[in-house]
Amino acid sequence: MSYYKPKFRHPNLPKNDLGYTVADYDGSISTLCAGCGHDSISAAIRNACFLSSIPPHKIAKLSGIGCSSKMPTYFLGKSHGFNSVHGRMPSVATGASVANRDLIYLGVSGDGDTASIGMGQFVHLIRRNVNMTYIVANNGCYGLTKGQDSATADLGSVNKYGGTNPFDGIDLASLALLQGASFVARSFSGDKEQLEPLIRAAMAHRGFAFIDVVSPCVTFANHSGSTKSYAATREHLDAMPVDFVPMREEIRTSYREGSSQSVTLHDGSIIHLMKAREDYRADDRTEALMAVQSANASGDILTGLLYLDPNSQDLNQTINLATKPLNKLGKDELCPGSRVLNSINEGLR
Amino acid sequence: MKQIAGINDFVVKFANVNGTGSASANHLFAKAIFRMGIPVSPRNIFPSNIQGLPTWYEVRVSSKGYLGRRGGVDLMLCVNPQTMEDDVKSVEPGGYFVYDNTRPLAPHLKRDDITYFGIPLTEMCMREFKVARLQQLLKNVVYVGAMAALLEIDFRILKDLLSDQFKGKEKLIQPNVKALEMGYQFAQKNFPCPLPIRLDPKVFDAPHIRESEHILMNGNTAAALGAIYGGATVAAWYPITPSTSVVDAFSQYAERMRIDPGTGKKNFAILQAEDELAAMGVVVGASWNGARAFTATSGPGLSLMSEFLGLAYFAEVPVVLIDVQRSGPSTGMPTRSQQSDILAAAYASHGDTKHVLLFPATPRECFDMTVQAFDLAEQLQTPVIMMSDLDLGMNDWMSPPLEWDDSYEMNRGKVLDAKALDEAETWGRYLDVDGDGICYRTLPGAHPDKGSFFTRGSSKDEMAIYSEKGEDYVQNVDRLLRKFETAKSYVPEPKVHDPIPVKKPKTKLKLGALFFGTSASPSYEAVEILADEGYPIDVMRIRAFPFHRDLDAFVHDHDMVFVIEQNRDGQMRQLIMNECHIAPDKLTSVLNYSGTPITARTIARQIREALDTKGAEIVKLHPETA
Repeated sequence: MSYYKPKFRHPNLPKNDLGYTVADYDGSISTLCAGCGHDSISAAIRNACFLSSIPPHKIAKLSGIGCSSKMPTYFLGKSHGFNSVHGRMPSVATGASVANRDLIYLGVSGDGDTASIGMGQFVHLIRRNVNMTYIVANNGCYGLTKGQDSATADLGSVNKYGGTNPFDGIDLASLALLQGASFVARSFSGDKEQLEPLIRAAMAHRGFAFIDVVSPCVTFANHSGSTKSYAATREHLDAMPVDFVPMREEIRTSYREGSSQSVTLHDGSIIHLMKAREDYRADDRTEALMAVQSANASGDILTGLLYLDPNSQDLNQTINLATKPLNKLGKDELCPGSRVLNSINEGLR
Repeated sequence: MKQIAGINDFVVKFANVNGTGSASANHLFAKAIFRMGIPVSPRNIFPSNIQGLPTWYEVRVSSKGYLGRRGGVDLMLCVNPQTMEDDVKSVEPGGYFVYDNTRPLAPHLKRDDITYFGIPLTEMCMREFKVARLQQLLKNVVYVGAMAALLEIDFRILKDLLSDQFKGKEKLIQPNVKALEMGYQFAQKNFPCPLPIRLDPKVFDAPHIRESEHILMNGNTAAALGAIYGGATVAAWYPITPSTSVVDAFSQYAERMRIDPGTGKKNFAILQAEDELAAMGVVVGASWNGARAFTATSGPGLSLMSEFLGLAYFAEVPVVLIDVQRSGPSTGMPTRSQQSDILAAAYASHGDTKHVLLFPATPRECFDMTVQAFDLAEQLQTPVIMMSDLDLGMNDWMSPPLEWDDSYEMNRGKVLDAKALDEAETWGRYLDVDGDGICYRTLPGAHPDKGSFFTRGSSKDEMAIYSEKGEDYVQNVDRLLRKFETAKSYVPEPKVHDPIPVKKPKTKLKLGALFFGTSASPSYEAVEILADEGYPIDVMRIRAFPFHRDLDAFVHDHDMVFVIEQNRDGQMRQLIMNECHIAPDKLTSVLNYSGTPITARTIARQIREALDTKGAEIVKLHPETA
């Protein structure tokens, strides 16, 4: 790993609509292993936020515990972040999101953090449709504790110590689809052409947007026999390219050239599914499940936007939450005063 | 046989079957006495069950205004055959036993030293009412009518209360009033009414209660109102007896008082979480983001929340937790009261942690302390746990009315907004600029390029940069200890009362008693009993942890200090020993952990016993600790 991050930047770095350069979306230097897939995800998040011209301080980064959950330090240094408790970031994000609905919430988790210790909170996060983006950096193993199989490790995958995983892996994308998630995607950390637009679309989506990113662990799961190594992932990758057009850009045609389907998000942004699979529609949950399951059965890794409900109703709508953020409400809006209390006393006599 | 006599001074207990509608009839009985202006304290003793198991309702009437349990039963009203044998036994000699004599009393239940009153409740209701459900429900109202005659309850008040209760369901008033009258007339005709124990609003020894125009309410409702008035906007919880009604009440008040008039939208969010882990996570997330958030739970929930409490302590996120204690551990006896989470709450979580605790003793204090908990949590940037219990939370207590000062401003503590960040020369999240251990917070989204930081547990330096250096860790946790020291001057101070004059003291020892929460009322009463017997005892009611300096002084000023509490291990005693460096032998536990609230008689008996056995061998303290 590097231990020094140069401060020098090209003087003519391009600026986005807000006047920020991509460097304004940097975090501190990564302490993950050199070549870790997670660093590519960090870069994709940084680029996505830059390209979408999101003010960095309007993003709140949340994570649990593990290699994946260290990531938020390595991007968006101008955003507040919260490295919470193992497997319990979903509840922290839920509380944060209802407390201030004006921020954009980005959760970063791992396969251990989500599929094992955090499984309960994860499915309830989906059930509530909390307005946030939730990225799982999925490498099928525990990194910080040195290479144990995680619950997403595939059946038959060989670990660092030569052991073969005897259990069926939990497929988080299928689970999210089954549980009713309003945005489900899968990607590969090595495919930034696909990952960046997916992250941008996820952040534009109203409701819970889930991206399961296969992100190889170079130290403990990048050998032959591991089904989540770079080589195995590339070999079995069945990628559906996507393109993202934010709401601000003028839309000339509803179908971008080469796309098979376009879905408009609630804020007016458009996500295009490119023609890799003519027949795939991203607005059909059943079809999405079948496609993922059949890819899984044949050992392929189907990536792209799997499902999107553009009319999703998020938690804030479901609970009829005030338009003004709760954390901005003052005494006058919150405290009923002495006259009301006196009448309550009267009713208790 | 000498019958128990007394005006406005007796204990009545109702023995019922759960799910038969007895609760509202028994409440009617207690509320009528309250409306007559006579001090009364009712208590539900109920099972973890919806229908069929035994349940009791104990009503203490005390002209002196003692609101704790006295111990013993003067009049038992029993309509539960399952428990009748034990219920008969529990009546004090000279007491009274009222029962349904539709079926004759078994011969072995006859005692010579108590008076029996049989009322054919079932038969009367079968005859007078046609609907099966009413035949069942109104039996309870018939016995309240009979009690009105036996004890001289103002009948008009009972009728008013029924009208209040059935507002909107007027159809039900008439059969209820009829049932009341049936019971009243039956008793008048067949029994020597009134009994030697009876009510009389003219007899009154507790002017403080009448003057302050007491209200009758439970602690959970008061705490919920405290959360409304304290500006809580986020409540996250998982249902658990006996705390559930805190959030239920918060929800009801919020639906009335927190709807934005312009949009009809809610100025609050209530989230029923998937478990207590998540409930606390939601509170931590919302508080991190600058909203006032709280949760309510009981013992098992406290255990599950411990991990997050530790994070909140180290990450310095405000948290308000209302712990309505019950018997533990695990399922314990979920509907029985205890004060047994003291140590678990004080030191909740892994690593070096200590938490601010508040100990309310009345509904009024539940209200005040909940408001205060939000201020303290934000001022101190740490979890604050209000330690209520089932007895206080779920039973109706006479309490001074709730008061509100409209000039109150929420104390949000040290939070830097955009302007303050622009003006600040240097800012580090964990820099102790003021020397009180409390640093300056920023909230997400406050400023485009200042004040952002990464919130973590313990591995950080003063600038909130990741660090695993030993000296950074030590500096941080030492500062947290300094903050805990600061907390001592923020939390409610203990209450000390003037000693009761004792004419001929039987002991030369300087005696003291420490207690808190629901142990307070019966402790005050026990101290008066013992003063009459010649034992002067000074008292101090603990209201918060960390302990006030006066508590050290109090213990050191007395030769023998009783710590009165409701758990097996004397947890408050242990906490005092641990935090105040006091030799164990100086503190004597007075305990009750049966699940039913401690009584004045139990306290007085244990103190008498302790004085008999230990009085001679009081430990002389080492000069350094004395």
